[in-house]
Amino acid sequence: MAKVTVDGVEVEVPNGASVLQACEAAGKEIPRFCYHERLSVAGNCRMCLVEVEKAPKPVASCAYPVMDGMKVFTDTPVVRNARRGVMEFLLINHPLDCPICDQGGECDLQDQAMAYGRDISRFSETKRAVKDKNIGPLVKTVMTRCIQCTRCIRFATEVAGVPDLGATGRGETMEVGTYVEKALGSELSGNLIDICPVGALTSRPYAFTARPWELTKTDSIDVLDATGVPIRIDTRGAEVLRIIPRQDDDVNEEWMGDRGRFSFDGLKRRRLDRPWIRRDGKLVPATWPEAMAEIAKRFTGRVGAVVGDTTDAEAIFALRELMARLPNAQMDCRQDGAAINTTHRAYYTFNSTIAGIEEADRLLIIGSNPRVESPVINARIRKAVLAGLRVAYVGPQIDLTYAAQRVELSTDFLAGAAKPMVILGRGALARPDGAAVLARAWELAAPTAEWNGFNLLHSFGGQVAALDLGFTGGDARAMAAGGVDALWLLGADALDVKPGIFTVYQGHHGDAGAARADVVLPGAAYTEKDGTWVNTEGRVQRAFAAVAPPGEAREDWKIIRAASAALNVPLPFDSVEALRAAHPLFNTLGLVRSPLPHAPPAGTVSAEPFRLPITNYWQAEPIGRASPTMAECARPAHAVAAE
Amino acid sequence: MNPTHDSVEPADFAFDDASEVEIAKIVPRYPAGKQASAVIPLLYVVQKQMGRLTGSAWVPKVAMDVIAARLGMAPIRVYEVASFYYMFNLRKIGRFHLQLCGTTPCMLRGSDDVMRACKDAAGVKGPGDTSADGLFTLTEVECLGACVNAPVLQVDDDYYEDLDYDRTVALIEALKRGERPTPGSTIGRQTSAAEGGATSLTEL
Repeated sequence: MAKVTVDGVEVEVPNGASVLQACEAAGKEIPRFCYHERLSVAGNCRMCLVEVEKAPKPVASCAYPVMDGMKVFTDTPVVRNARRGVMEFLLINHPLDCPICDQGGECDLQDQAMAYGRDISRFSETKRAVKDKNIGPLVKTVMTRCIQCTRCIRFATEVAGVPDLGATGRGETMEVGTYVEKALGSELSGNLIDICPVGALTSRPYAFTARPWELTKTDSIDVLDATGVPIRIDTRGAEVLRIIPRQDDDVNEEWMGDRGRFSFDGLKRRRLDRPWIRRDGKLVPATWPEAMAEIAKRFTGRVGAVVGDTTDAEAIFALRELMARLPNAQMDCRQDGAAINTTHRAYYTFNSTIAGIEEADRLLIIGSNPRVESPVINARIRKAVLAGLRVAYVGPQIDLTYAAQRVELSTDFLAGAAKPMVILGRGALARPDGAAVLARAWELAAPTAEWNGFNLLHSFGGQVAALDLGFTGGDARAMAAGGVDALWLLGADALDVKPGIFTVYQGHHGDAGAARADVVLPGAAYTEKDGTWVNTEGRVQRAFAAVAPPGEAREDWKIIRAASAALNVPLPFDSVEALRAAHPLFNTLGLVRSPLPHAPPAGTVSAEPFRLPITNYWQAEPIGRASPTMAECARPAHAVAAE
Repeated sequence: MNPTHDSVEPADFAFDDASEVEIAKIVPRYPAGKQASAVIPLLYVVQKQMGRLTGSAWVPKVAMDVIAARLGMAPIRVYEVASFYYMFNLRKIGRFHLQLCGTTPCMLRGSDDVMRACKDAAGVKGPGDTSADGLFTLTEVECLGACVNAPVLQVDDDYYEDLDYDRTVALIEALKRGERPTPGSTIGRQTSAAEGGATSLTEL
């Protein structure tokens, strides 16, 4: 540890820390553009200049290591003058088009110019102009605004593992870009928008839409993959305008996948905004009482219920309680037929935790492509790989953005590892010998009470909650194939329901499930309800409604509550608080580690090759399939996974 | 300078035998795992090979991709290096690359005359231009480090020094005939010795 005095405040920071980190530890804010705590240090913007005692001139604090006894001054005339000078240079070639810039109001350069900018420019020559680059449908470029901090280059190279961006040319003609025109081949490209300190990289779908101060901000959870990335939903009126990640070092650090960030325009399209009833083979609009009456009349006999992949825990719990009150009821949440062992929670969660990836020394990925199933987890694996983690995978040839060896399931890649880790994809369980694959993965991970490296990577945000709430027992595919007389699909679109089964579809999008249904009940999407979600680690997270559901659509648990009354088995809760009080899951927010169970029963794994659960990252669920942005992303390189 | 890639971009590129001999010498100079350090020498190898085989010493994009694959680096890292250094021609150039120094000592010693001679004799309009016959590309460069013998014109790898208008025209005419005049001073001085021969220590 080194003792550093910053403006008279003494702080202790680790040896090797930078002066900037010491200043932050002392509570001093240091302006910066190129420095980013999760990227390598570049030291090229020069905005973080501070004065260090005995140093002949101001030093760039981000790239200057601390020494014991160092005295740092962050607010002297020398420092202020130096920063003013840097700012003047930065603004020489910056277009000052803030009124038409989407970064306006949340721009680091704009903010710092308030503190260190001159009121007029002394530069009378012509400004540099740079041609905009086309780097795909998500990130809009206005390269004249670029201050060449190289954060985007470092992010693409270091975090995303897609070294497409670079700085070509030199001096005044230096440009940040791809040199040859190409779209960024990353599922994390939206993060470039967040890390760009100016308006050079902005969101293309959000272009010219709103100013940050007009937006209502609501904390929520991204449920379009199973990572459980905490998000902020920005809305104006009844419309979601953008989604950006919040920071949680245990989950996403500060990154987010592009599907969760950009697919929200699908929330406005193909929505179910009123009930429908099938009459003479055709769906016709109906009222809620008519729909409920139809259900009361025909939802009888052997009944079943299947929940989909992105349903909130409240609705799952309500439907479970409803089914428990009906005779001959079956339920299941595994549309893919995955042989998930629900006897212990550790069999179906990401036990090492996402942050725990950084502790592992060897990782075997089985039947999964984390790059498309959870880009954020893949970025975390990549970070660990750069720090020494060795990775191998079983399954089709994939490009994970880091070095990974392709092996057979029989090889003992994890032998001798101090902290072995297995990531098992849901696709590896959705096959006849799924239970045997699970047992083999468990055996390979060899979990102990101290280190459990057995990880099941789910594909979507609602899958673990359904398992936690015990929405199991039946077999979704058998039900759809004729095992029931009436079937309730709660956001379940992946089943091929046999003709003759009375089908109720409750959900938010007119996708495959609604097209087959006899009664359609319009529900709320994840942005439109207060809900509880459980990520693949088993982390219980709470989200809040950002907007109201469209038209006559309602929150899902309320629909089920109303149906229970129509079916004459009223549920004992009338408020979401009463519902949540009825199950302990809702009262244990955060991550609860599961105790270590016995090994699951072993079996024989067949020689059948593994298949990946998601081949089209962009259009893997109903919201993405309804989104024009996602359609645009899926168009040029249809299957990133198949590379 | 980020050139736009036009139709002259070749469809593919592969190192020929002579280049492979060079590469076998260059790459082992760097420690294992640091092969990317060989990128600048390899760019020269490419440029030489293009000059040898096509008569235009330049570095096409496909060749940069081949270098990236050979050295195990991302293509953009090669583009960055190649576009940073003026020594690499990212566009097709003429058979002879006339690199005229226009920095102060050369300018004071008459580089403007040399420039005029290049325009007149080689048929180029000015710096950056390639003559209609495809023989000459003129580039104005910064100091070549031969100020003592200014003004200086670099043709490909050779320095021609102590030029004036007439001697530049003669040089260019010789190049047109396919000759390569002896590089160095065009007034016969020995390296950078005093003009007109030795003035001291004459008896040694």
